[in-house]
Amino acid sequence: MDIHEYQAKEILARFGVAVPAGALAYSPEQAAYRARELGGDRWIVKAQVHAGGRGKAGGVKLCASEHEIHEASEGMFGRKIVTHQTGPEGKGIYRVYVENAVDFTREIYLGLVLDRTSQRVMIVASPEGGMEIEDISASSPGSIVRSTVEPAVGLQDFQAREIAYALGIPGALTQQMVRTLQGCYRAFRDLDATMVEINPLVVTSDNRILALDAKMTFDTNALFRHPQIAELRDKSQEDPREARAADRGLAYIGLSGNIGCIVNGAGLAMATMDTIKLAGGEPANFLDIGGGATPERVAKAFRLVMSDRNVQAVLVNIFAGINRCDWVAEGVVQALRAEPVDVPVIVRLSGTNVEEGQKILAQSGLPIIRANTLMEAAERAVIAWQNDRKHLMRAV
Amino acid sequence: MSIFLDRSSRVVVQGITGRMAQFHTREMLDYGTQVVAGVVPGKGGETVMGVPVFNTMKEAVAATACDTSLVFVPPPFAADSIMEAADAGIRYCVCITDGIPAQDMIRVKRYMMRYPRDRRMVLTGPNCAGTISPGKALLGIMPGHIYLSGHVGIVSRSGTLGYEAAQQLKDRDIGVSTSVGIGGDPINGSSFRDILERFEDDPDTHIVCMIGEIGGPQEAEAAEYIQNHMTKPVIAYIAGLTAPKGRTMGHAGAIISAFGESASEKVEILTAAGVTVAENPSVIGETVARVMARRAA
Repeated sequence: MDIHEYQAKEILARFGVAVPAGALAYSPEQAAYRARELGGDRWIVKAQVHAGGRGKAGGVKLCASEHEIHEASEGMFGRKIVTHQTGPEGKGIYRVYVENAVDFTREIYLGLVLDRTSQRVMIVASPEGGMEIEDISASSPGSIVRSTVEPAVGLQDFQAREIAYALGIPGALTQQMVRTLQGCYRAFRDLDATMVEINPLVVTSDNRILALDAKMTFDTNALFRHPQIAELRDKSQEDPREARAADRGLAYIGLSGNIGCIVNGAGLAMATMDTIKLAGGEPANFLDIGGGATPERVAKAFRLVMSDRNVQAVLVNIFAGINRCDWVAEGVVQALRAEPVDVPVIVRLSGTNVEEGQKILAQSGLPIIRANTLMEAAERAVIAWQNDRKHLMRAV
Repeated sequence: MSIFLDRSSRVVVQGITGRMAQFHTREMLDYGTQVVAGVVPGKGGETVMGVPVFNTMKEAVAATACDTSLVFVPPPFAADSIMEAADAGIRYCVCITDGIPAQDMIRVKRYMMRYPRDRRMVLTGPNCAGTISPGKALLGIMPGHIYLSGHVGIVSRSGTLGYEAAQQLKDRDIGVSTSVGIGGDPINGSSFRDILERFEDDPDTHIVCMIGEIGGPQEAEAAEYIQNHMTKPVIAYIAGLTAPKGRTMGHAGAIISAFGESASEKVEILTAAGVTVAENPSVIGETVARVMARRAA
């Protein structure tokens, strides 16, 4: 789960990481008022969205007067920001953060991640701050400093010092850097984060180490023990269909194709999408309805998939092991009788009692297209979708 | 032979009184697995389907000489249960639970390191379907009847894709030595490489079928091991060619966040290591059969 920059800064500040003075605003008037409260003569207005790359997309503005702040934030509120991390639909701006501008002499990249190779928390840092870490590792991989944390004892000060020296932090600031690294690690560990990123972490002209930006992502599996973090979820930053699915216990991800998928199991769901593509089609979604494949879940899944207006065919692919195919087939038939869909439906069942399952589908009187293998199902889905489209074009 | 699990394995089910655990304990008993104990704190002295329940793992081990454990405990308490199994001297543990916090798994992995290698428990999962040595024993939630006994080792991150492979093999009368689910989480007990090492050493496994997906470094690590150390043929399938970058595809671990983690990169790395990669999931069985035939000729 992602949170906003201002929330991440509030959290990190509690763990001893220094951040610039700032305040949140929900309107241009409030933004200007916040600047007056903060004092100073230059401010940064930052759109609060769950995505990086805001600067290039016009989501960060330097302002020298209340009037400029009003104008800059007026241009942000209600707008959608599109960056390489948001997807083409972008993310809406409903909050801005106003901060005192800071003069700095150096920019550092600092990230903490779950490293899957060492199976530990890893600190990644580079003196080439301000750039994306992907770009740093492409242009100057030698500049990247890495250090893994032994989970039984936590981050040691000597490790933090090593990082500070490797980054070339001035000697007088080593202790501040150690405090910053320890704060980030403790926030990561205590709150079950999966990522903390400060980019840039700067050395200011008056010799302070300051987090100018901050991003935190949390382990959704651990939210049960951090209700205060769970409350920071901002649904305005999520795809509404995906959010609704998640609330109903379904793992759904919307894609740009036309063939909807209903599958049990995450691996099989990915494999189904891949096979559709191989057969010449484009999947409209990823959807894992879980092991059970009960009639209620199948019905819910049809409703969810059909809520995407681009869907022109639906492929159901269920492996029924302990729940037999005949039972799953009954569920599909029930769901389609209760709420008929107006696009071709292709069903492929495998596992226990396949023949009985096929018979139930065949005798249902519903126009269900059946298939034996996943490849066959994908090919039939693509053909059905193409025929249906031709038919639609003629109708137009 | 088989790996991890056979007729002599004495199984304890942690969290046996839960609804799902009871259902699958029944299935395991029906399959012929020796389920000799259950552990649920506070329910010691009860029995579930004739299986005695104990308060602690140490009591269960002392009373029943169980050596193999299956964890069905809910996510907040699962890591604690795995560590209790490791401390009680269990040899092999499968954790089915989906949704364990990643940092709990970091602690579990660190905790297990305190035991010397020869006494260290082997963990597979969490978030997996379990392990089966067909005809011998079943430890998990998979449908036992889709597996024939034979010489193909299956190792899979995904549960249902593993079933898919087993069913396709069964349709061709090809049997399985052991099928191991390593689970869909970012931090898991055993990696592909760990399981491949076991299959390489198992005289009853002649060929390995490895089912991977996007995210994480494990397929690339496996490729390196296969190229440098493995004598048995490996066929692979990798799911997620159409998965967008940076999105979690159902499994917590199925997310492309670094170079080498996409399906096409993994296919490339495995192919370069001499692995036969099945292009689509419908031809996994066919590909195994073809490589076996070539091997026999």
